Amino acid sequence: MIVYVSLHEPDISLTSVIQGTVAIVTSDGRMIVGTLKGFDQTINLILDESHERVFSSSQGVEQVVLGLYIVRGDNVAVIGEIDEETDSALDLGNIRAEPLNSVVH
Amino acid sequence: FKSLVGKDVVVELKNDLSICGTLHSVDQYLNIKMTDISVTDPEKYPHMLSVKNCFIRGSVVRYVQLPADEVDTQLLQDAARKEAMQQKQ
Repeated sequence: MIVYVSLHEPDISLTSVIQGTVAIVTSDGRMIVGTLKGFDQTINLILDESHERVFSSSQGVEQVVLGLYIVRGDNVAVIGEIDEETDSALDLGNIRAEPLNSVVH
Repeated sequence: FKSLVGKDVVVELKNDLSICGTLHSVDQYLNIKMTDISVTDPEKYPHMLSVKNCFIRGSVVRYVQLPADEVDTQLLQDAARKEAMQQKQ
């Protein structure tokens, strides 16, 4: 199992997720939901219609952070594909939880 | 890692989040794409309830937990040793 690092080797394709609704977990422990418009090799992301979901003792989708966002790849931890049906079934007002941790190196 | 595609693994992230799922693909940066995920521990992290597939950046992975029988550990140890030696040269 020797991995040959080659620049020609294609990255995992994020093209299947493009145009979809995604949940981004950032390295400082924030969760941002938006529409993935574009990405590049270093996972810099272009996100539209982004709003932040803050979790605490009284939840609620916080606000529309920015219509169009560019997030630098360094700060991206996870990109999750949101399933429309499951997400609308989710009653955001009812969720009580602790905030996510930030990524510690 | 490519031989593990299709297997179930648990990925523990540096922010303490543990995600269980099926390994879909891996790339040169060790970014991981997983399908059909669920949060393993006490789901005190409900943020992922509506997420079925996810892409995890290699730099945030702390561990990847594999079932012992998926890997020929002897082979892996030999390969890792060889690579370490190559890198030293």
